[in-house]
Amino acid sequence: MPIAESEVRWVKAPTLGLLDRLYIPAIIEGLGTTIKHIFQPPVTQQFPEERPDLPANYRGLHRLNRDTEGRVKCVACYMCSTACPAHCIDIVAAPAPAEWKDREKYPEMFVIDELRCIYCGMCEQACPCDAIELTSMFDLTGLTREEMMFDKEKLLSVFDQTAGTEKDPIRTKAGALSCASEPAK
Amino acid sequence: MAVVLINDKPVDIGNERLNLVQAAAKAGVFIPHYCWHPALSVVASCRMCLVEVGDKKPDGTVAMQPRVVPACQTPAKDGTVCITNSEKAKFSQARTLEGLLLNHPLDCPVCDKAGECMLQDYSYRFGKAQSRMIDPKNRPANKPDIGEHLSLFTDRCIMCSRCVRFTREISGSAELQVINRGHHSEIDIFPGDPVNNPLAGNVVDLCPVGALANKEFLYKQRVWFLKSQKSVCAGCSTGCSIHIDHNKDIVYRIRPRENPQAQGYFICDEGRFDFPYINGKERFDRPLVKPAGERSEPAESAVAWETALPDIRDVLKKSASALAAVVSPMLTVEEAYLFAKLIKGFSPQATLYLGWVPNVGKDESFPRDRKGNPVGPVQFTIRAEKCPNRRGVEEVLKHFQGEVLGFDRLIADISSPLPTGGEGAGVRRRPQALYLTAGYPPRLGAWLNDEQTKTLSTIPLLIVQDLAPTPITQTARYVLPAATFAEKDGCFVNHANLAQQIRWAVRPGTMGRTDGQIFLSLLGRRGLIQATKIRQELAAEIPFFAPLAVGDLGEFGVKLG
Repeated sequence: MPIAESEVRWVKAPTLGLLDRLYIPAIIEGLGTTIKHIFQPPVTQQFPEERPDLPANYRGLHRLNRDTEGRVKCVACYMCSTACPAHCIDIVAAPAPAEWKDREKYPEMFVIDELRCIYCGMCEQACPCDAIELTSMFDLTGLTREEMMFDKEKLLSVFDQTAGTEKDPIRTKAGALSCASEPAK
Repeated sequence: MAVVLINDKPVDIGNERLNLVQAAAKAGVFIPHYCWHPALSVVASCRMCLVEVGDKKPDGTVAMQPRVVPACQTPAKDGTVCITNSEKAKFSQARTLEGLLLNHPLDCPVCDKAGECMLQDYSYRFGKAQSRMIDPKNRPANKPDIGEHLSLFTDRCIMCSRCVRFTREISGSAELQVINRGHHSEIDIFPGDPVNNPLAGNVVDLCPVGALANKEFLYKQRVWFLKSQKSVCAGCSTGCSIHIDHNKDIVYRIRPRENPQAQGYFICDEGRFDFPYINGKERFDRPLVKPAGERSEPAESAVAWETALPDIRDVLKKSASALAAVVSPMLTVEEAYLFAKLIKGFSPQATLYLGWVPNVGKDESFPRDRKGNPVGPVQFTIRAEKCPNRRGVEEVLKHFQGEVLGFDRLIADISSPLPTGGEGAGVRRRPQALYLTAGYPPRLGAWLNDEQTKTLSTIPLLIVQDLAPTPITQTARYVLPAATFAEKDGCFVNHANLAQQIRWAVRPGTMGRTDGQIFLSLLGRRGLIQATKIRQELAAEIPFFAPLAVGDLGEFGVKLG
């Protein structure tokens, strides 16, 4: 839809006076800011010695949640990989093992390419059973690309590391939606 | 001439015998329905198509019936008034849907039908978002072994009984029935009598919800990832219209496509489930060449197309006078035309033979009872001739050669004391070079017996174009990859001279080329094959194919002859 002419406001650049054109007042003002900060405590964070205090809704590394019995909670519905704008989630579904009475389908393979991921959190929003969540772990490193393809076991181990800690993602309050954030066994 | 009023819009339905669902479709109005299917009898059991119906009297007054009635069961006649968008009709549809969803488990995330489920679609369009059900739902046990290829998720069923009617009316085998009553009704089989009839897979397509699932496709892909291509089944000479559902160059599923000119609404299980060979790992995807003079040596080396094709052209040219070629009935009409043109271009003395025409058993017609006796008019036929294009190839051969020489004739000619050289057209010679096209699906088994293979391997120069390694490709000097029907454009002519267009869905391997492309390159023509252009070219040249001059044959195909 084109913008109506009546809604357009033209803004002109302010005309510069003599002082403005000399730039000296502006330079003095800038130097003042610099000098002011010499006498204030430093704000630079000494990463990695100092770790940032990230909010619990920070979108970092994914984790695959476990259910109360320690099984992967994911039901392989492909909603996350459908929602994913970066196409970084690769799932292979299979019929659930016969002893899982409450399930028909489970992910035989679940791989997230953490290098391709843009950490938008759409997978978390799309998940109908709160099986995938983004934690506040952010400093991922790896020596190869393959290392950064996080498979099911790796993503479950992220859950084991983060579940029950103060850095548990806050999206699913424990017990409110389901048992997403229950401590691992 | 009958005029029906759908939502105050007059529609002329002529003399057709339609129900209100069909009449409304003519007016562009969609009436939701589950149990009604054009190929099956009407039961009006789902109640989804409830509409207000009345009559327009000759004096112009309209008398509406006081209650809503199912549109699928109401015949459209002159003066019928049908209202689908009134509060009453919409209310009835929404309540029906709520009722159908009472015991539905709503496990869409794990249900294979999600994305193409009529229950989902109608809930968006005609339903209401929330259920008032507070009692626990019925959860009947799943029946994963209801058929060899079928699995029944009993709790998802909405009891439309389409599958039951299909096995009674189309396949005739009547394995399925409804057991129990009311909300405890279930679809079931007699113990130990699974649904294994040759048309069983159709119940999965008929099922409007995710209750009946195809085990071969179960959990393989979500349907919204699939891309669909309109094509034709190459399983037998019926030439059923199909959809090829594929993603990332892998064929995942084959579904029937409605075509009143070819087969109707359904396909057989043979066509439905015999596609994994298309994705087969063992298939050839580049030319293989054996060094001359080392024919017993099994080692072949893969060569680039750029060197293989000129090579083949040269050797064919050298032995042009005693050249024979076998035109497989698995080729499209366009490919057969290009191939025949290529071979006859080398020398008018070169002979063309029709490839092996697989015939397995007898034509099977449905419905038939459990003893195999036909019951009622034929609804579907699986033909014994397991190749899609014998008619098309025969007509091409007739045009180029005047007669159709069968494959047996080739074997006889090779072992006969015919002259190997000499002048004069019309005199058959003992072939010294053979270009053999095959491309038969592996389901048909080894199509050459040992003796035939032995006979063929006596030919000094053997070029074989096939899908995967077979004994004959072992002895061939040149092996070229063939393409399956899912990989090429073209048309097939079925048993009743109906030419139908096939369209490529997946690519023939990383290095693969389609048969038509190979022939085109060998002919020395540049560029990629454009089946439509070739079709128009052959339509102009061969009178039998003249109707193909339209180029695009549309969804239902074009009748020839």
